[in-house]
Amino acid sequence: MPIVSRDFRALRLDRVSRDFGGTHALRDVTLTVERGEFVALLGPSGCGKSTALNCIAGLLQVTGGTIWLDEQRVDQTGPEDRGFGMVFQNYALFPHMTVRRNIGFGLVTQRRPKAEITRRVNEAIAVVRLEGHEDKLPGQLSGGQQQRVAIARAIVVEPPLVLMDEPLSNLDAKLRLEMRAEIRRIHTMLGCSTVYVTHDQEEALSLADRILVLIDGQTRQIGTPEDLYARPATPDVADFMGYRNLLPSRAEPAEGGVAVTIGGARLLGTPRGAPTGGPTGDRMGEPVGYQAGAPVTVAIRPEDLVPTPDGPISATVEVAEYHGKDFYAVLRGTDGCALYCRSTVRIRPGDVVRLAAKPERVLVYAGDGQGAPGARQST
Amino acid sequence: MTPSQFTLRQRLRERGLDGVTLLVIPGVVFVLALFIYPFLYGLFLSFTPQVGGWLANYAKFFSEPFLYDTISITLWIAIPATLLNTVLSVPVALRVRLMKHQRLLTTILVIPITLGTVMVAEGLLTYLGPRGWLNRTLLELGLADNPVRLIHNYWGVMLSLVITGFPFTFLLTLSYVTGIDPALEQAGAMLGARARERFLRILLPLLAPGLAITLALAFVQAFTVFPSAILLGAPAGPTRVISIVAYQAAFEQYDYSLASAIAMLMAGVQVLIIVGLLGARTLLFRGPVSTGKG
Repeated sequence: MPIVSRDFRALRLDRVSRDFGGTHALRDVTLTVERGEFVALLGPSGCGKSTALNCIAGLLQVTGGTIWLDEQRVDQTGPEDRGFGMVFQNYALFPHMTVRRNIGFGLVTQRRPKAEITRRVNEAIAVVRLEGHEDKLPGQLSGGQQQRVAIARAIVVEPPLVLMDEPLSNLDAKLRLEMRAEIRRIHTMLGCSTVYVTHDQEEALSLADRILVLIDGQTRQIGTPEDLYARPATPDVADFMGYRNLLPSRAEPAEGGVAVTIGGARLLGTPRGAPTGGPTGDRMGEPVGYQAGAPVTVAIRPEDLVPTPDGPISATVEVAEYHGKDFYAVLRGTDGCALYCRSTVRIRPGDVVRLAAKPERVLVYAGDGQGAPGARQST
Repeated sequence: MTPSQFTLRQRLRERGLDGVTLLVIPGVVFVLALFIYPFLYGLFLSFTPQVGGWLANYAKFFSEPFLYDTISITLWIAIPATLLNTVLSVPVALRVRLMKHQRLLTTILVIPITLGTVMVAEGLLTYLGPRGWLNRTLLELGLADNPVRLIHNYWGVMLSLVITGFPFTFLLTLSYVTGIDPALEQAGAMLGARARERFLRILLPLLAPGLAITLALAFVQAFTVFPSAILLGAPAGPTRVISIVAYQAAFEQYDYSLASAIAMLMAGVQVLIIVGLLGARTLLFRGPVSTGKG
């Protein structure tokens, strides 16, 4: 059987679900990955993102929905015949084979001529910059080098789609940054599509063309990094994208948006979509009208809550952490709620600070935010 | 406590010697009293024959076909039984690894170990005998004209060795198989390798060192076969294994010296085979079978 994924234009997941004995690990995930695109599956641990990746790979059977490569259905095809490359979280290098034989494995499987294998393995080694380590065993390599071997092994067969399962989670912070740039460089160089699983929002923002946020096995939002960062569709996506301040409030109609009460002060905000409604494709995140007094959840990033001399909110600093370029502070509003802010000027515990936020950076979601962990913590 | 004592203790601890090390003493005494001493005593005894020079026992063994043939007879039983058990246990272990009710199945497979050879032999005598279930079924169904002879010959001993030896090789193999990271096979599949290729190129090379140990241990068990060779075999003919002649020398001819010499030769054959197996193992990969964080 020929490898089915050659020269595809798009990989399409159509309402893909996966159950594990009654629990829904993945529910109705729909996604299209265009050729050349870098898509990140982002979510907290246990959200089903690895399950989704394994379903695409064929290592897990889907229990509902279909997966298509252009017009060809592949969800019943075994992993051997999909021809996708995969980089595993623990690398899964063959411990008994040298770097060269590990990388050449896929080519040997394809019964390529010896000379071609040697040439292409050498090319792959050059791409991941592992020259001089060809004859070592995986056990003799550092974590970062093992990672490079895993990437080389996946790309040497020139797969149109590369799947990566948290490939950087076993590396230290410095190496992670280095390999992150490397992964993006290799992706651009090869022109393949990449589906990248991670729980690190920073990693997803910096690498991906598009991000799919999965929470509890369901799609919460699909969008560009800019979309997700500036306009999270729901409070739990906002929580995941670093909106540390998630506070319950009541809506009041106001000119140009909606007004809410935060820390005992009135604040203008931007209305966002329904927080607990189903993810219904394009309608997600659309502004909705509010009735006066309707319960809402307000999301503000710590860096958007700026200490300003004439700011409306008055709060007492409880904890102030020095972060080098700024201070990160936990404050208590006059109504007793906890607030998080960043400040470039020095602040100390016990200080009373006045805070302000721009209306476009104050996101207001309908509902009381039940189900959003951050909202409960902050009250 | 003086400072010098303190440093001695610290120095010992550096080399891994501390109070806990004393716990090996009972084990060492046990090994010395029940293994080293009897072995050396037997070795000494084998060189003090009832008649003739100090090598007379060994000369006698290798001059009488009745005696030296037992080595090939025993190998002819032990080697096929060992290979069969090990080869069978690999696919079973690979399958059991993926099962949900692994413990239940493992328990069922391991029961023959707890029964002991004699009980298995008794059971087989009844079950496989001329008037046993098997032969009666075959005769009733017209699948055989005469009862099939499966006891009191080579096959009886072989069956008994498989039944009692398999759980042992299976347990060992299962532990080696479960030590292999399942992601390795998945990685092989993602690179286009089918089940057969994944087994030959990934699993088997990683299992080989473990299989060498399994073969060695299973061989020792099979080579020392005694009760089933008498109960289920033909102890005067095709299953006159080496342990039977050692027994006869010791307890029928009361020639402890000759019996010791035979026991030493048994040990010698086993050591040769095991050294060969473990020597072959060093040619194979011996590192860890999973690559984690570097």
